[in-house]
Amino acid sequence: MSVRVGERKQAGRARIGGEAAGAEEAKQQGGPESGGWQGNRRDPRRENDVQTASKKYGSRDEYDESRRLLSRGKRLVISGASKKFGGKEVLKGIELEIPAGQFVAVVGRSGCGKSTLLRLIAGLDEPSSGSLSLDGSAISGICESTRMLFQDARLLPWKRAADNVRIGMRRGSREDAVDALALVGLRGRADEWPGVLSGGQRQRVALARALEGQPGLLLLDEPLGALDALTRIEMQRLIERLWEEQGFTAVLVTHDVSEAVALADRVILVEDGVISLDVEIRLARPRERDSAFAHYEKLILDRILGGEEGSERLRATGYSI
Amino acid sequence: MLVLALWQLLGQYGAISSRTLPTPLRVAEAGIALAYSGELFQYIWSSSRRALLGFLIGGGIGFGLGLLSGLSRSAFRLLDSSVQMVRNVPHLALIPLVILWFGIGETAKIFLVVLGVFFPIYLNTLHGIRSIDPGLLEMARVYKLRGFSLYREVILPGAMASVLVGVRYALGLMWLTLIVSETISANSGIGYMAMNAREFMRLDIVVLAILLYAVLGKLSDTAARLLEQRLLAWNPNYSTPESGEGKAA
Repeated sequence: MSVRVGERKQAGRARIGGEAAGAEEAKQQGGPESGGWQGNRRDPRRENDVQTASKKYGSRDEYDESRRLLSRGKRLVISGASKKFGGKEVLKGIELEIPAGQFVAVVGRSGCGKSTLLRLIAGLDEPSSGSLSLDGSAISGICESTRMLFQDARLLPWKRAADNVRIGMRRGSREDAVDALALVGLRGRADEWPGVLSGGQRQRVALARALEGQPGLLLLDEPLGALDALTRIEMQRLIERLWEEQGFTAVLVTHDVSEAVALADRVILVEDGVISLDVEIRLARPRERDSAFAHYEKLILDRILGGEEGSERLRATGYSI
Repeated sequence: MLVLALWQLLGQYGAISSRTLPTPLRVAEAGIALAYSGELFQYIWSSSRRALLGFLIGGGIGFGLGLLSGLSRSAFRLLDSSVQMVRNVPHLALIPLVILWFGIGETAKIFLVVLGVFFPIYLNTLHGIRSIDPGLLEMARVYKLRGFSLYREVILPGAMASVLVGVRYALGLMWLTLIVSETISANSGIGYMAMNAREFMRLDIVVLAILLYAVLGKLSDTAARLLEQRLLAWNPNYSTPESGEGKAA
């Protein structure tokens, strides 16, 4: 841990230099080193990130700014990442920069490489070329502060809900696990086997487990794809609320454009292994499904479908790709 | 119950000759007499001891090697094909060889039980580990479960259902092997009791021995089932309805 903090400090100095870094370093040395995300929340680079982010995206409201400054979210930079499976190039030189605390949705047709992209970010796969970095340090292998929510909840069926949550903790009592379940509205079901929980409940247990490790980056791999419409809306609200409270960076892979627009600050469209669209969703939260919402939805859908005739029919079936 | 009554009646009125099959009452009497003399319990004990010892050794080796070849690819390549080859030799065919190696003492019988028990446990442990959901293993990677905790939290419970199938199968084979090896050569145990009784045409004791094997087999099967219910309580296919309802309430 201390080694990693050291590395980051150096990276920070190299990036911005000057007195600011020196002052920041003094502050860090004064403070407790083992603070995890709390320890580096006044990270000089992060302020730098926010400046670039606001340059890039124009003015954001102040709430967002302060939230991002205080968040424990990690900044993700992907430069020229490619991935080949056999002879097939699934990702072709992806360039992407996600500021700390941002909620990004990645959409695209199935097989476009969006899940592969997520697996690269998670460290589950290595890129064939190019690099990915999290808060300045390159991603190689699974990062301590990255957590992933899979489409199937992947709970251990032989552990009760609370014990499944405890897997996400380094150390912690059962009471902490029950509290974590309370956060996702499952306090009363701590002693259930996953086998008797419904799909939505299982996914909520998995969410509690993922958040228990105080992730700086939460990756969501179509976590709501298998749920019914009502449960899905509930889960969307829950994820949005927890994201606002905890301030992690989130990357959501989904095939549901309306879900992407409902949750994300920014929607990225991946087509044939390249990013073909990168839209910022400027809608106040919680989001109403009003005409502005529909505008974004249509914008993205039209781009995906490329104005094909099929778009009308697809739109009628719930904006699903 | 009905079968027992019918058997008693037919035997009593001479429909079945007592040289073919003694009546249940005679069998019970023989059992009581042997129990009084203490021989019966001594025989049961020495048979059970052989069975359990052989089961523990064979099961232990089978589980260990199954785990090894399930977890390591090179161990699998090294072990599996030779194990599969040996497996196809009926282990009871080795009896002459085993007698030459170990004589007719305890070691020979325990060795045969070990052989009989080893293969089902090895195969099922291996299969259990192979069939663990790769998604769960990936999840364990994301949560940094490694080494012993990975084994304890994911691999062992994941393979458990299959291992227990192996255990049940092995328990059956355990008794089978023991019966055969005791019948061939022994100076104590249930098989010895039966063979001895045959010499003296004591059919009642022979039938008693057969019944004892049936009871012991049933007992070990019940034990295996209880183990399943306890270890696989999470699995709706194994848990008892009562416990399921208790948890839901």
